[in-house]
Amino acid sequence: MTAPAEGIAALPVVRKQRNPVLQSEAARGLGLISPTFIYAVIFLVIPIVLVIANSFWTQNYLTIDRTFTLENYRIALTDPIYRDLLMRSLWISLLVSFFTVVLAYPIAFFISFHGGKHKGLWLFLITIPFWTSYLLRVMSWKVILGYNGVLNATLMGLGITNGPSDAFLYNTSAVVITLTHAWATFAVLPIFVSLEKIDRSLVEAATDLGDGPLRRFLRITLPLSAPGIISATLIVMIPTVGDFVTPRLVGGKDGVMIANAIQAQFGKAANWPLGAALSVTTMAVVTAMAASVVLVIRMAARRIR
Amino acid sequence: MPERSMIEISRVTRSYGAFKALDETSLTIREGEFFSLLGPSGCGKTTLLRMIAGFDTPTSGSISVDGQPMDGIPANRRPTNMVFQSYAIFPHLNVEQNVCYGLKRLRLGADEEKRRVEEALSQVSLTGLGKRGATELSGGQRQRVALARALVMRPKVLLLDEPLSALDKKLREQMQVELRRLQQAVGITFILVTHDQYEALAMSDRIAVMFGGKIAQVASPKEIYQRPVNCQVADFLGGMNFVKAEIVEENGASMILDTPGFGRVKTDKPAAFVRNGKGATLGIRPERLRVLWDDATDKYEVAGKVVDRHYFGEITHLVIEIPGFDKPLSVTETNNFGADDIPVGAPIRLAYDPDALVALAD
Repeated sequence: MTAPAEGIAALPVVRKQRNPVLQSEAARGLGLISPTFIYAVIFLVIPIVLVIANSFWTQNYLTIDRTFTLENYRIALTDPIYRDLLMRSLWISLLVSFFTVVLAYPIAFFISFHGGKHKGLWLFLITIPFWTSYLLRVMSWKVILGYNGVLNATLMGLGITNGPSDAFLYNTSAVVITLTHAWATFAVLPIFVSLEKIDRSLVEAATDLGDGPLRRFLRITLPLSAPGIISATLIVMIPTVGDFVTPRLVGGKDGVMIANAIQAQFGKAANWPLGAALSVTTMAVVTAMAASVVLVIRMAARRIR
Repeated sequence: MPERSMIEISRVTRSYGAFKALDETSLTIREGEFFSLLGPSGCGKTTLLRMIAGFDTPTSGSISVDGQPMDGIPANRRPTNMVFQSYAIFPHLNVEQNVCYGLKRLRLGADEEKRRVEEALSQVSLTGLGKRGATELSGGQRQRVALARALVMRPKVLLLDEPLSALDKKLREQMQVELRRLQQAVGITFILVTHDQYEALAMSDRIAVMFGGKIAQVASPKEIYQRPVNCQVADFLGGMNFVKAEIVEENGASMILDTPGFGRVKTDKPAAFVRNGKGATLGIRPERLRVLWDDATDKYEVAGKVVDRHYFGEITHLVIEIPGFDKPLSVTETNNFGADDIPVGAPIRLAYDPDALVALAD
């Protein structure tokens, strides 16, 4: 047994020596990540750097004055219009993420705990409405909420209201309703995944120790699905703050959000630096809000004992 | 031992479509006993345990605990607690919070709650680890937490679903001793589900051996091992030599069997024995056969030839061909007399105790 093994060890190393720099672990690692890294630099880092740079410059009609100034931030933070718009955007996105998660949770719960063999089919069915264009879905909400819309006709038909009401469309709640519907699936999926990860014997153990269905949900299932709730909230909240299509279509005067103002600065108003300052401010505020929401949910999950 | 019955299982069947996981099973478990349900996977032992706990419902038949029928009573209102196979330790809670999980609902007051948690932790030797996070525990510690969490509820019956199967051999043997000691200290009825015959033999007061949804035999470990009712039970509980025998005489409780090597032997007749014209099977455990060295003699002996030898450290397994037997005999011999040096092919004589020979139903 030993003799042939020694023979192999005695053979000279014939593999060709390549450049040791290319052979190194670090070089190979960098080589592997470089496509994604270059992609991220071109499409993520450069645009953000440009926006941040712009926010410190000044627009002089058609040219841009590249001397450093904080004037844009002064306007963005103190002008009551922008402050109100930002506050309203945050409020709307908070409401939207709250309602989306509250509505998505039971769906995810049902699929995960009672979906049986058809979990995949249920998830597939949930994505079907999202095969149509977002614009079409917004338009159909206009049909439902409008002055001569489905909702008004139903209320009048049931004798609850006497005449059509214009209270449903072109305001904040119309924006909240439309966005909640639009983001539902994106919230169902992360919650579903976190519910799937819960070991069912934990739920049985809670039952065994005396908990009825409600108590074991509150003490075991809900806190253990907190990571799903957090990601669902973030997935909905962060893009919602920056949405400008929905408020434009169903928001009316009361539904204008910060993104509409930013769009105006980059478009009609032609004040890129101010638009950039508004963008950066919004990003910072959204980050802060997202972080605090995460903290609040984590703390709430820890409080349930 | 108190003879009062704690659990009555009467004619319980559990079907999944055409498959019967449990078939018309009846069983009585006494108060304060350590009872094991032993069998291969799929024999219905876990199904039975889960029906006692309330996680599964009998298709027909009934279960009562401490005289109370359990029909329609959900798992959370039963006087039983369970130690799960996976332990099911709540990962978001620390040891203390895991242990007092079930107490919270009872509203005992902070002092009493703390006292009972401390007591349960000391029962399982985890004192001082109360603040440890659930994810920072070793396998053995998780098992102890699961045990403390169930014991702290002071159940009438503690159900253990293969609690030691995830532990390594050494820890498993240590926990067997500890579990047995703990059961004697608290006096609660323990029902253990296991597929490990040594575990069942080492820990139980009584064992029910199950195959294919039916209970084959209920008896003490010693009786189950020494007087198995049929070949299946005998084989499942460890090595057994099966020898084809002729029935010479058959009475109500006993029978006389004849084999070429052992001669005529009088044995107890197994309860399930059915005479089917094919004769009977006589069984003897490998360790009940003893090698006769040199010119030693015994009142009862058989002669044969060594055909194979397996060395296991402290013991050697010898495979011995006996003229007239359809299969060779296995013999386990300790190595202090040189059984590991017996050459294959050597002639050999074996002594046996006729009391160790048992008649077995097929």
